[in-house]
Amino acid sequence: MEPIAPFAKVAEWGSVPTIAMAALLGVAFGFVLERAGFGDAKTLAGQWYGYNFAVLRVMFTAIVVAMLGLFGLGAVGFIDVGRVQLNETYLVPQIVGGLIFGAGFAIGQYCPGTAVVACATGRIDALTYMGGFFLGVLGFVFAWPALAGFYESSGMGRVILPETLGLPVGVVVMAVVLLALGAFALTHVLDRKLGNKPAGSVTP
Amino acid sequence: MSDPTPVTSPVTPDVPAPLPAPTASAEPASLADVATGPELASAGASAEARREEAAGERPAPYWNSYAAGVALGLVLLAAFVITGRGLGASGAVTRLAAHTLQKTEAMAKGGTMAERDTYARHNAYTAQYINDESDSLDDFLLYMFVGVLVGGFVSAVLARRAKLTISMGPHSTVRRRLLLATVGGFVAAFGARLARGCTSGQALTGGATLAVGSWAFMFAVFAGGYALAYFVRKEWL
Repeated sequence: MEPIAPFAKVAEWGSVPTIAMAALLGVAFGFVLERAGFGDAKTLAGQWYGYNFAVLRVMFTAIVVAMLGLFGLGAVGFIDVGRVQLNETYLVPQIVGGLIFGAGFAIGQYCPGTAVVACATGRIDALTYMGGFFLGVLGFVFAWPALAGFYESSGMGRVILPETLGLPVGVVVMAVVLLALGAFALTHVLDRKLGNKPAGSVTP
Repeated sequence: MSDPTPVTSPVTPDVPAPLPAPTASAEPASLADVATGPELASAGASAEARREEAAGERPAPYWNSYAAGVALGLVLLAAFVITGRGLGASGAVTRLAAHTLQKTEAMAKGGTMAERDTYARHNAYTAQYINDESDSLDDFLLYMFVGVLVGGFVSAVLARRAKLTISMGPHSTVRRRLLLATVGGFVAAFGARLARGCTSGQALTGGATLAVGSWAFMFAVFAGGYALAYFVRKEWL
C-alpha cells in the first residue's frame, strides 16, 4: 500500500486547507498546554525547583507518544516518514542556543508556546515575556552579521539518532521509551523525598 | 488561589497568601491549593471544595501530567499525519519581527512591503522571512500561533482560570517579576534563534522525529535552566 499520509503532502493540499489545519492544530496545542498547567509560570518554575515535575512529564510523554505513533504508522506503511518535517542539525549552535534558551526559560519561567497560552489566559508577566522575546529576535537580527558564521557551523544535515548511533530505528525508539520511563520514575522518587503532591493534583 | 497578597498595583499578583511557617513559604502555590486536588477531594474534609468546584466558583484542577502529555503527543502526531509538519511557536514571532522591520522602514520611505532597499531585505536572516511582495503574513506558524491563543483562552475560560493577573513566586515583587520575565524573553529569543527553534519546534517536534540536533538542544535547555535557576531561586521559593 502506498502511504496516504502526510495528507497535505500526498494529496497536495493548497494553502487554504493547510493553514486552516495549522490554526486548528494550534487551538488543540494551546488547549492542551493550558490544561497541563503551562499557562502559569508557577507550574513551569516547579521543574527547576523540584516542587512540580509537570514540564518533564508532559514533554517526555508527548515525545514518546508522537514518536511511537510516527514510526509505528511509518512501519505499517500508513505514513511516509521521509515526507515529515525533519530539523537540520547544526550541533554546536544548537547546544549553545539550548543553553541560552534554558537560561532564558529559568529567568522568565516561560518558553514561547507556554507564554502565548499564558498571555491568552491573562498573565501580564507572560505579555512582558513576549515583548522581551520580540526584542530578543530583533537583537538577534541586528547581531546577525557577527553570528552568521557560527549559526551555519557544524552542520550535519537532516540526521536522526539511529544514523548517528549506527543502531536500528526500533532500538533507538525503545531506548527513548526507557529513558522517559526512567526519568518519570526519578521524578516520583524526588516527589516522595521532597513531599510533593501527586501528579495532576496541582490547581491554579 | 483564595486571598492573593494585596499590593499597590491595579493587578493582583497570583501569589499564595504569605504564611508564617517557614515550610509553607518554601513551597509556593502549595498549601493554598491542596484542598482542590482530586486525590484529596474524596478525603471528606474537602466536600466543601467539591461543592464550590461544582458550583463553578473555583478554578478546576489541571489535568494529570501524563494525560496531558498523551494529549499533547496526539496533537503533535496529528500535525505529522495531516500536514507533515510539527508544532512551533517562536517561528511566528520571528516572522512577525522581520515583517515589522520591513514594514516600518518601507513606510518611512513611503514605499510598500515590496520595497527593495531596506535593512530587512539586506539582512540575510530577515530576508528569508519576508520573501513575498505583499503585506500578507500568511504562514503556517502564524496561523498556528493564533490558534494557540484561541485554544489557551478557551481552555482557561472553561476551567475558570482566565484572570488578569501576574504569575509570580511568594517573595517576588511585581516590578522584579515583570523585569525578569522581559529579560527572560529576550535571552530565550536569542537562544531559540541560534538553535533554530524552541521547545515546540526543536524539543517536541525534533525530539519525536529523533533529530540529532533537537535532542542535543533539549539536554542543553535543561542544563542551562538548572544552572541559571539557582541564581533566581529567591524569586520562586
